[in-house]
Amino acid sequence: MATDTQHRVVVTGLGATTPLGGDVPSTWQAALAGTPGAHTMDHPWVEKYDLPVTFAAEVAVPAKQVLSRTEARRLDPAGQMAMIAAREAWKDAGTPEVDPERLGVVVASGIGGMWTLLDAYDTLRERGPRRVGPLTVPMLISNGPAASVSIELGAKGGVQTPVSACASGAEAVAAGLQMIRSGRADIVVAGGCEACTHPLPIAGFAAMQALSTRNDSPETASRPYDTTRDGFVLGEGSGLLVLESEEHARARGARVYAVLAGASLTSDAYHIAAPDPEGTGAARAMSLALADADLTPGDISHLNAHATSTPIGDVAEAKAVRLALGDAADGVAISATKSMTGHLLGAAGALESIFTVLALHHRLAPPTINIDDLDPEIDLDIIRKDARILPDGDIAALNNSFGFGGHNAALVFRSA
Amino acid sequence: MALSEQEILSGLAEIVNTVTEVPVESVEPGKTFTDDLEIDSLDMMQIVVDAEERFGVRIPDDEVKNLKTVGDAISYIQTAATAA
Repeated sequence: MATDTQHRVVVTGLGATTPLGGDVPSTWQAALAGTPGAHTMDHPWVEKYDLPVTFAAEVAVPAKQVLSRTEARRLDPAGQMAMIAAREAWKDAGTPEVDPERLGVVVASGIGGMWTLLDAYDTLRERGPRRVGPLTVPMLISNGPAASVSIELGAKGGVQTPVSACASGAEAVAAGLQMIRSGRADIVVAGGCEACTHPLPIAGFAAMQALSTRNDSPETASRPYDTTRDGFVLGEGSGLLVLESEEHARARGARVYAVLAGASLTSDAYHIAAPDPEGTGAARAMSLALADADLTPGDISHLNAHATSTPIGDVAEAKAVRLALGDAADGVAISATKSMTGHLLGAAGALESIFTVLALHHRLAPPTINIDDLDPEIDLDIIRKDARILPDGDIAALNNSFGFGGHNAALVFRSA
Repeated sequence: MALSEQEILSGLAEIVNTVTEVPVESVEPGKTFTDDLEIDSLDMMQIVVDAEERFGVRIPDDEVKNLKTVGDAISYIQTAATAA
């Protein structure tokens, strides 16, 4: 529960590089237009390994086109994407003047520097230990992107890297909220990054039967809530938000996109990969996040769902929404933006926070594409085909993220 | 195979440029790696292993701290290459 002794937290900057665009404006426009981000991959290793899945939602603008050669060489692809998002977010926030010791960074990654690790292992086996580069470890550690962003921004107020699979990005936003609320920071740059479009994770996820195998039609493969959905589409990218105490933001005359009103993290203690089919842990996350925001289910107008397009997960979340919100769920317009972006794993919760914030700011929620035949088990108001106008006045929205291992994260945003 | 100082300098300059983006023409024998070229210890190790491969020499880790200037590195590589 927010009390008078806690600081209110607002969102003053956004940055991203995604399968839909190289920055936030292009990503947002593509999302509103219902643009699919997945395509057939053009890498020699797809054929070399005869991968069972030949498509993914790769970033629209390769990071190496944006960064200098030396910068790119010193960062894992995940860190490269985080750096691009951080620069955009910081500029978008107006390049705030802030005491470095009151500036924090929380950048999550679900898996970490996978490309660096596996490339270095190839080098070790083929060329020996002397050729394993001195930047290997700083580039592969999961906190590498967070640390690099902190150096870029001169943030000395603390750097964190939550790791909770596909809930990581949302956990980062929740951690940023706590840092500011508790008075440890005035500004926190929070979000996530992920760069796992690599044959090994594709083979691993495919072995779990978690990925869609719709190789002949990548653009329609991510289809949350459709009866023929058959798994998620692997995505990559980064999304970062500039979170700021309301006093600090008002004092410098910053533009405020939305209020980050509440957060909650719960766990299922059920299965290492499958969600609890009854959705009780997920429902509890939503209820506790609402309580943390001092709101009730009737205050929620919009939900950016986790909805990854897996047969079990989408229904479990829908049940959880009904459980948490009851009849008030009927008044919630739901977007499943992974239908367009694919699943950015540890960056997903952060990118979807950006979508949620922009939906409140512009009063416009993105559509869910590829629903040809709505699953009858989904008795919720899913926004299909066209973006939906949200109501005027004070409104609030939820953003759900769930991760392998039973991590449930719910975030509540309010209109500014 | 004997390598001329100039051959080693231009090869080294290319390596330094690839690793750090320091311009090739800034890599001169009198410059120090740390203070003049602002190369950190991690990049220095990358330069060392790249130089080993390019010039076919071995530069032991203990020796790296003695290579303060570009000229030091050129001399070391020249001697090591001649010995090899």
